Amino acid sequence: MNEKNALLIESAFKEYYFNRFDLIHVPQRATEREFGYQKFNSGMTRHLVVKNDKELHLMLMKEVPSDVYCSNAYYMFPNLPMSEKDWKGADMIFDIDAKDLALPCRKDHTIFKCSSCNNSVTEFQSQCPKCGSGKFETTSVICKNCISESKKEVTKLVDILTTDLNVKKEQIQTYFSGNEGFHIRVTNADYEPLGSQERADLVDYIMFNGAIPESFGIRRQNNSKSLLPTFEEKGWRGRVARKLFSSKSKVPKVTREIIASGYSAFQVQLEEIKKTMGVRIDPKVTMDIHRIFRLEGSINSKSGLSKIQCTNLDSFDPFSEACLLGDDNVEIMADCPLQIRLKNKKFGPYKSEIVSLPKYAAVYMLCKGLGNAI
Amino acid sequence: MLKIGVKDLAKYPFLTEAGEYLRNTGLSLEQLGHPDWQPIVEKAYGRIVVASSGQIYGSDLETLDNDSELLSFLVAIILLKSAGIATLIRRFSLAESRRAERYLQQDLWVSRDKKNLELPLKIIRDLFAVNVSIDNEDFVIKVPDYLHRAIHFHEKEWKLVNRRVANGLVYLSAHETVRLIRAELGEYINGKIQSVNVDSVPQIFRQRVEDLVALAKKFSDTTYVSSEYPPCVKHGIEVLEKGENLPHSGRFLLATYLLSKGQTVDQIAPLFKNAPDYNERTTRYQLDHISGSSGSGTKYQCPSCEKLRSESLCFAIPDCDGIINPVQFGKKRKSQ
Ligand code: SF4
Ligand SMILES: [Zn+2]
Ligand SMILES: [Zn+2]
Repeated sequence: MNEKNALLIESAFKEYYFNRFDLIHVPQRATEREFGYQKFNSGMTRHLVVKNDKELHLMLMKEVPSDVYCSNAYYMFPNLPMSEKDWKGADMIFDIDAKDLALPCRKDHTIFKCSSCNNSVTEFQSQCPKCGSGKFETTSVICKNCISESKKEVTKLVDILTTDLNVKKEQIQTYFSGNEGFHIRVTNADYEPLGSQERADLVDYIMFNGAIPESFGIRRQNNSKSLLPTFEEKGWRGRVARKLFSSKSKVPKVTREIIASGYSAFQVQLEEIKKTMGVRIDPKVTMDIHRIFRLEGSINSKSGLSKIQCTNLDSFDPFSEACLLGDDNVEIMADCPLQIRLKNKKFGPYKSEIVSLPKYAAVYMLCKGLGNAI
Repeated sequence: MLKIGVKDLAKYPFLTEAGEYLRNTGLSLEQLGHPDWQPIVEKAYGRIVVASSGQIYGSDLETLDNDSELLSFLVAIILLKSAGIATLIRRFSLAESRRAERYLQQDLWVSRDKKNLELPLKIIRDLFAVNVSIDNEDFVIKVPDYLHRAIHFHEKEWKLVNRRVANGLVYLSAHETVRLIRAELGEYINGKIQSVNVDSVPQIFRQRVEDLVALAKKFSDTTYVSSEYPPCVKHGIEVLEKGENLPHSGRFLLATYLLSKGQTVDQIAPLFKNAPDYNERTTRYQLDHISGSSGSGTKYQCPSCEKLRSESLCFAIPDCDGIINPVQFGKKRKSQ
C-alpha cells in the first residue's frame, strides 16, 4: 500500500483506538493467549502476551496496527515459540464468509481493478479497456444480501451447536468479522481439549459432509420403513426427516418413494441436503488449533470496519453499527464504479475524481483499493 | 461398593483388584515356583503362544477353574517380562484386550435387563475416563469423548455425521461402545505389563522363558516395516498392527505397494492377521487376485498419490515432494 494511503488510514485507526477504549477488551483468560498484530506495509509480530485491557490499549496506541489478532488457544507459555508454548486447549471458532457462499449477487458487487493502470471496472473483462493489460485484482464492496445470507448460516450453526452439541447460548458469541461475514466463538470446557482431527470431524458434522445412506436407514437392499428417521428425532436424522417428508401427512407417500428409488437416489438426496442444510463454514479455521484470530473490537484493514459483537443478529446492520471511524471530511481521489452505502449515506459511484468524504467512507475506499489519498 | 468376584477377575485379570485378590490368598512368587504349579506355567505359556500367533485365547469360564485363569495371566506377565521382548508383549496385550473385549460386550448385553451394568461401565470409566450411561436401548457418551476415539477409525460409519447425536451425546450399541475403547484397552494392558517389575524368576519358569526368546526369533525374520516405506504405507501397517480395521482401499494400497517391492503373497498375508475381520482364505484369495496370479491374470498397480489423497489415506511428508505414486518414494534423492 502506498505510503500516503497508509498514513491516512493509520491516523483514522489511531483516533478510533484512542477514543473507543469502551469497545476494545481482551478476551477472557487473556494471560493464557497469544496475541499478534500487523502494521501497514510490514510483517506480522506474534507470540505476544497482553495481560489486560490496559496493556492492550497501550499497545494499540503505540503501534497503531492495521490488524490485531489473538489466539483461540490457551497456552502455558503463550510468548514462547510454537513448539514450546504448551498447548492447553482452545475455544471452538467458526468463520462464515459471504465469499464462500457462492451467491448469485457476488458478481453485482465485485470490482475488477487493473493491476497495471488501476482502472476499475465492474464487469469481468479479459483485457483492461484503458491499457490492455490482462491482470486484474478483484475486490468486493458491501452487499446487504451477502450479509443476510451469512446470517442464515450463523443461525443454522447456532441451532446445531445448541441442540445437537449441547452448547449453551451463553457460551456462543457472534461477531461481525469486519468485512463480509461472521466469526463465532464457543467457550465450552467439554470441547476445549479437542485436537485438530477431532475438530475436522466436527466440521464435517456441521457441514453435513460424508453422510452415508445407511445412517438414515437406507441400505443397498432389503429396505424397511422402520429404519427411516422420524420427524421428532434429534440431530441430523430429524433434520433430514423433516426435510424429506416436509409434513407429517406426507410421510407414508414419501417413504414409499424413497424405498422404491433405492440407494443411489438417496445418496443424491443427501448431497442436495448438504448443499442447503449443511452450514457453510470455513473448515480450515475451525480445524486450526493454533490460529491467531482477529481480535474483537479491532478494525479490519480490508474495510476499515470493526469486528464487533452482534447482540441481536436479526437486526444487526454492519454498515452502520460496525462503521465506527470518525466522520470529519477528508479529500481523496476516488475511483469506485459502484455506489456504496455506509451509515445510511450513499457514496459514489466515482470516476477517478477528487471528492470530500467523511473519514469512515474515505478509509473504506482506500482499504478496498478504490481510492488514493492526495 | 461394587463386589468383584473371582469370575470377574478371570475375565478381566488386568484389573487392579486381581493383584489384591492374589495378595489376599497369600500366594507368593516363590510358592508359584513349586512344581505343583507347573500346570499354571504351562497354561500361561500357552496363552502367550496363542496370542503371538494372532489368535485370541479362549477360556471356558463356566467349567474351568477361575483361579487358574487368573493366575495364568499373572504368570504370563512374569514370563513375558523375563523374556523382555517387546513384540511378544505387544501381541499378548492385543490378544488379551480382544479377549476382554468379548467379555465386556457380553456383560454389557447380558446385564442389560438384570440392571447390573455396574462392572463393565466401571471398567470403562475407571480405565479410560469415559462416562457411559444408558438411554433406553442405547449406550451414550459425550461427543468430545466420542471424537477423541472415533477419529482413529477410517470407516465412514464412524464419522460423527453418521451417528445418532442429540444434546451433546452420541448413541452407541454395546458392540460399538466396546469397539471404541479397544485400542486403549490394549495400551492399558501393555502399560500394566510394562510397569511390572520382576527381579528373580523361579527355576521352573526358566525353560519357558527361553522358549519365548526362541519363539520371538521366528518373528524377527518377518518384520515388514521398513523406514524406507512412504508414510501412507507405514500408516496402513500401523493401523493393522493395532488391530484396527483398514478400509479396502488401504489394504489394496499395502498389497500393491509391497508386491511392487518384490514381496510375495506369503510374506504379505500375515500382515492382515490382526484385522478384526481376518480370514486367511479370503485374504489369500484377494492377494492372489491383486498379484495377478489368479483370475484374469492382470497385475494391479499401486494407486496414485492423488487417488490416495482423495481417500484420506495420504500422510505426505516433505520427502514425498515431487512424486505422484508411492512406489517412487525414496527413489528420488534430493540432489545436492
Ligand atoms: S504423497 Fe504419496 S507417497 Fe507420500 S504419503 Fe501421500 S500418497 Fe503416500
Ligand atoms: Zn489497465
Ligand atoms: Zn452479495
